[in-house]
Amino acid sequence: MATLDLRRVSASSPPAPGVREAAVVAKLIDTTTCIGCKACEVACQAWNDLPPETTVQAGTYQTLPGLAPNFWNLIRFTEHEDDQGGLHWLMRKDQCMHCAEPGCLVACPAPGAIVQYANGIVDFQQDRCIGCGYCMTGCPFNVPTFNPRTGRVYKCTLCSDRTAVGLEPACVKACPTGCLQFGAKASLLEVATARVARLEADGFAQAAVYDPPGVGGTGVVTVLAYGDRPELYGLPRDPRIPLAVTLWKGPLKWIGNAAILAGLLGAAVHFVRYGRKAVHGADAAPAGEARDGR
Amino acid sequence: MDGDPARRIVRYRFSERLVHTFTAIAYVYLLLTGLAFWTPALYWIAIALGGGYLSRVLHPWAGIVFVILVGWMYVAWRHDMRITPEDRAWRRALRHYATNEDARVPPAWRFNDGQKGFFRVMVAASVALLLSGLGLWWVDLVPWELRWLRFAAVLVHAIAALVTIGGFILHVYMGLLVVPGGLRAIVQGDVTEEWARAHHLLWYRSLRQSDDLDTE
Repeated sequence: MATLDLRRVSASSPPAPGVREAAVVAKLIDTTTCIGCKACEVACQAWNDLPPETTVQAGTYQTLPGLAPNFWNLIRFTEHEDDQGGLHWLMRKDQCMHCAEPGCLVACPAPGAIVQYANGIVDFQQDRCIGCGYCMTGCPFNVPTFNPRTGRVYKCTLCSDRTAVGLEPACVKACPTGCLQFGAKASLLEVATARVARLEADGFAQAAVYDPPGVGGTGVVTVLAYGDRPELYGLPRDPRIPLAVTLWKGPLKWIGNAAILAGLLGAAVHFVRYGRKAVHGADAAPAGEARDGR
Repeated sequence: MDGDPARRIVRYRFSERLVHTFTAIAYVYLLLTGLAFWTPALYWIAIALGGGYLSRVLHPWAGIVFVILVGWMYVAWRHDMRITPEDRAWRRALRHYATNEDARVPPAWRFNDGQKGFFRVMVAASVALLLSGLGLWWVDLVPWELRWLRFAAVLVHAIAALVTIGGFILHVYMGLLVVPGGLRAIVQGDVTEEWARAHHLLWYRSLRQSDDLDTE
């Protein structure tokens, strides 16, 4: 989207700095007011022209077992029994978290296939994608999905086409309870903090805002009633770019490149110093023969 | 004992040369496209070879071909690649071999200990590259619960590839530049008797004893 400045581009030097000021945007998901209506799922499919996926009945109201190349927004239904025996439906909107430090972008080898806009949205550019799936290894949230038919990887764009022109994402537009909100991240964090205070007053002492610092914070901020146990919602407690990916794209790359160069230079130095082996003449007489003659 | 030093004898059969040539072509393609995926500074190689997407599609298939050919070499050469007592003596004289003091290097069979080392490294790395490569190829089939396999695959594939690059540099440098006649041996198949005596004396003697000098 040329209408948005770039902050990071996969496998590329940092983009030229823009002069426009872009507020970092975020989507707030208040899991405590989600009613599981799935209007967001439908709106996502409709706005992004995603063909319907055959649903799977797995004993819950959840539409699909997981995200799919043409299904970027999934309400996960988790049943939780509290200490008093009360049953809670922990509904969580599974989608790309739009990490400030995106593991997918770090892992991507194709220049320009993954970009991070100045407003924080992480977007895949399928025309640059080579379908290697490294983003699926780099993502700490298991979000990007591979489409074998097109050979490319897909995920939520945070409606970068809508937000670029000042509209809210389609899912937010469709949400009937106000559990989804969109705006500047700084102001949404205030909303989230106030909501957590209200939950604490209502008896959810463990309520918290999920904005994991291990990935620099996320562009999707979640209010959790059981904020001390994000695993209940299927969220990792302390998501980070996997250590293997950090090593692979960092130290291993520089050590490997240095070793390759050293090998080439070493061969050159050796050749200049020692040159070719002789086949002719006494120099070439093998030791075995020399011993025979002794 | 001495024959005509200029007489040419067959060092590599046609099938060996053919497999080696196709293995080399497959390896160079894998190396070039792999380097393009390894570092953005070399991504232009993938573009020159038909684009990043095509390179990504063909790289795994070239890898399958490469591994099959390496497997053929393993079967064909595994007896000649066994470590012998003479190899241990050769290894102790490696420094003299490296500095071209070949008069101080003990005689070798069909392959010297350095060639045997390269063979073992490439076979082992090929297995590692195949297994990790399958994980990279079918990453979408690796369950999220087993994602440590994805992490292992990227690291093992990169490290094994780097090991082969080190071996490849040494192999090509030795064959093309250091050992005169090395290239002709693996492409056209023949060496002079003098070459055989100088570089692989034990092999040469065994050929003479079995009267198996397949001269041209």
